[in-house]
Amino acid sequence: MSVGAPRGLASSGQKPIAEILHPLSAAEEPLSVSVTVNVEGDKEAGLTNGTPVETSSPASTSSLFNRLQLDDDLEADVRDPYTESTETRDLFVTVDDPKKHVSTMETYITYRVSTKVDPLLRPHCRLPTTRVEFDLPEYCVRRRYQDFDWLRIKLEDSQPTHLIPPLPEKFVMKGVVDRFSEEFVETRMKALDKFLKRVADHPVLSFNPHLNAFLTAKDLNKRQGLALLTKVGESVKHVAGGYKLRARPAEFCAMGEYLDTFNQKLGTIDRIAQRILKEQSEYLTELREYGTVYSSWVGSEEELRRPLEGVAGCVTTCCGALEDLGENMSQDFLPVLREYVLYIESMKNVLRKRDQSQAEYEGRLEAAILRKQEDRTPMPLEVEKCQDKVECFNADLKADWERWQSNKRQDFKQLLTGMADKNINNYEKCQASWESLITLLQDKQTEDKMSETN
Amino acid sequence: MMMADSGSNEEVAVIGNTDITSTESENNIINTMVERGTPLLRKMEINVAEAEKRTGKNTVNMQETYTVYLIEIRPAETVPEGGTPATPDALWRRYSEFELLRTFLLVTYPYIIIPPLPEKRAEFVWHKLSADNLDPDFVERRRVGLENFLLRVASHLVLSNDKIFFLFLTEEKGWREAVLETGFQDKVDSRLKSLSAMFRVKNPDKRFTEMKHYSDELNTVISQLLRVRAKVADRLYGVYKVHGNYGRVFSEWSAIEKEMGDGLQSAGHHMDTYAASIDDILEEEEHYADQLKEYLFYTDAVRSVCRKHELIQYELETLAQDLVYKKQQKEELATGTVRVFSLKGMTSKLFGTESQEQRESRLAALEQSIREGEETLKEKNTECQQFVGTAWEDIERFKEQKDKDLREALISYAIMQISMCKKGIQVWSNAKECFNKM
Repeated sequence: MSVGAPRGLASSGQKPIAEILHPLSAAEEPLSVSVTVNVEGDKEAGLTNGTPVETSSPASTSSLFNRLQLDDDLEADVRDPYTESTETRDLFVTVDDPKKHVSTMETYITYRVSTKVDPLLRPHCRLPTTRVEFDLPEYCVRRRYQDFDWLRIKLEDSQPTHLIPPLPEKFVMKGVVDRFSEEFVETRMKALDKFLKRVADHPVLSFNPHLNAFLTAKDLNKRQGLALLTKVGESVKHVAGGYKLRARPAEFCAMGEYLDTFNQKLGTIDRIAQRILKEQSEYLTELREYGTVYSSWVGSEEELRRPLEGVAGCVTTCCGALEDLGENMSQDFLPVLREYVLYIESMKNVLRKRDQSQAEYEGRLEAAILRKQEDRTPMPLEVEKCQDKVECFNADLKADWERWQSNKRQDFKQLLTGMADKNINNYEKCQASWESLITLLQDKQTEDKMSETN
Repeated sequence: MMMADSGSNEEVAVIGNTDITSTESENNIINTMVERGTPLLRKMEINVAEAEKRTGKNTVNMQETYTVYLIEIRPAETVPEGGTPATPDALWRRYSEFELLRTFLLVTYPYIIIPPLPEKRAEFVWHKLSADNLDPDFVERRRVGLENFLLRVASHLVLSNDKIFFLFLTEEKGWREAVLETGFQDKVDSRLKSLSAMFRVKNPDKRFTEMKHYSDELNTVISQLLRVRAKVADRLYGVYKVHGNYGRVFSEWSAIEKEMGDGLQSAGHHMDTYAASIDDILEEEEHYADQLKEYLFYTDAVRSVCRKHELIQYELETLAQDLVYKKQQKEELATGTVRVFSLKGMTSKLFGTESQEQRESRLAALEQSIREGEETLKEKNTECQQFVGTAWEDIERFKEQKDKDLREALISYAIMQISMCKKGIQVWSNAKECFNKM
């Protein structure tokens, strides 16, 4: 089995996985598998949200084992989930084939969500029933944006310690874009595909029963109302948590700082890319007129007819190539940048939740210490439970962080190489056009010389 | 390279091209679109080797800065293998002297399409290009243009044999005086007068009318092309330069990355290179614009020849008209009938008929005048025919030259575009390699 298969395709999603495989990347990832199940943590999370959660589902990678390992050998633990993630790829999801539905009440788009479960690739020998929740090897359902939104909320509620990949923005930017235009639907579809692939590739999230329901159930609508309610409860809870931390571990501080800087750089790149598109479209306008002038010149010439027509033709070809470049960049490049801005937001959100969890623990610990000094009672169980929870959080977060970093690296590698490819392609088209013109004109010249000598 | 000091008199600053290599100057000759091996060029090599900035007092004793161009000529005899070529004769000329030469040629050879000079001030510039007359790039392009002008004149069968032109190349002192001695100045004035006058030709030569029409069309289309090209250059410049921002942001971003850092950093450098590459690309493209500009200015020269033809035709027609009128008068006088209403006819009716002697002397005078008129008409006819002959020959030559030059200019433009594409592919491939290492 190939080690180090990169996870997470860039949202263009068109390249086969093999193409982004880099020989160097394989060496960096050691082989090791370690998964333990902590049912308790999951149950706890489920209960706080008031959502019934199937306890049978394997959940957080955090455990006592992990915690110990974290203390002893931080490096190894940090690496673990990343390595592991490369080997759990047995669930293949695709979002495609958008369809428009028009009813009297509303118009909306559904997407086909196809799932393939590969039992042969079942990686966890220690978990003999890896994908038991999937009865069939293949599923195919149709989902609309709302359903994806439902899934994301469910995931966020049931796996609060994990980074949930972002969905494309619900509301269209500045409201100018037509929600049903082919371009918009295509871009959104790619982003949804990306989201679902990220979830399905995640060693923990991919076992989430809500994902299972999303991928397999014929009808999801009944649960919709509940989801919205819990979302409100969640956000209220977040606002309430305004306590100060005593000391945030340095690594999480660094994460926060990294995210801020990265966010800022992405913003700059986004602005540059948009500015380039604007400059290019203005250039295109002028270039089109430029070609027209050559064409209009043809009328007053005899001998120069062919060269002038040729130049006009080349300019037209270049216009076409440039138009393609602009379209590709605005469809493949910009949405990925925006997705990453949202991804950063999700990551920050998890960091915030971790801080809250630490603060809660610290608060309880302080209270317990105070009481201990007074009546010498042993440390209450709930404080220990809180400590467990923080450590779960830390471990999950670090694992997700590594995964996120690795995804990011792959995605940007692909995104930027794609940008280079698009530009190269543009130049190649222009070059070919000009070269064919020269061949044509030089042939004509030798032809003329031949006829002269004859 | 520039070290202008406007404070002192006769301070010399060298602008560009002093250290030009032989291959470069060879290229310059190729770039200037003139066929070699024609009349004067067969006997001597001509080139405008360099330009210098000078500061001095002008005629009204005002301080001024101007540019002078070094014209080098050398006999074009074949240099023996291993031998050194003869040292060239060199002299300095100002742009205004080139202008004087051209005006002289224009007046002296009205039936020839006189090659145009490069523009006095930069026109059709895009924002990045300096419109300053002393800008080194502008001076350099003008140097090439002036050389091209000299080569065009020197390769012309008629123009290259002109004495004033020869003196322009060989006598630094006293040339201006020699030009003025030819008295061409008077012709300039009468020429200008006649060109500004409104007249209508009854029987225009269709070929010349068409040529004039064509030169108008060419003028319109080339100026439009140059205008749009300037805008295209402007926009393209913008596209490239904005990419330079990637250079900065990639470098900043690389500071917070571990594995990706190096790749990003070096990709950033390539983006800087990309942004910088447009300067050379557009500078090179200016040469194409100059080639088009030459033909834009040529259209004026063509129009001038057509106009001159119209003028001669008009003179011819006026003469003929005059002759017809005089013959009519003679007939009236001889037969005593008044066919055309005239003041003279009226007076003779009012104040009685003139005496026989008076009539006869008038008749004799008229006959004399008619004879003279017929002679002039004949001369004018010959002149006109000659003009049409030589002018059309030159127009045919011009057409051929134009088709060849512009075809080559378009091909060289295509080559420029290919080289731009290749540069672009190179830079992006380098950047891609860096991205791939991330």
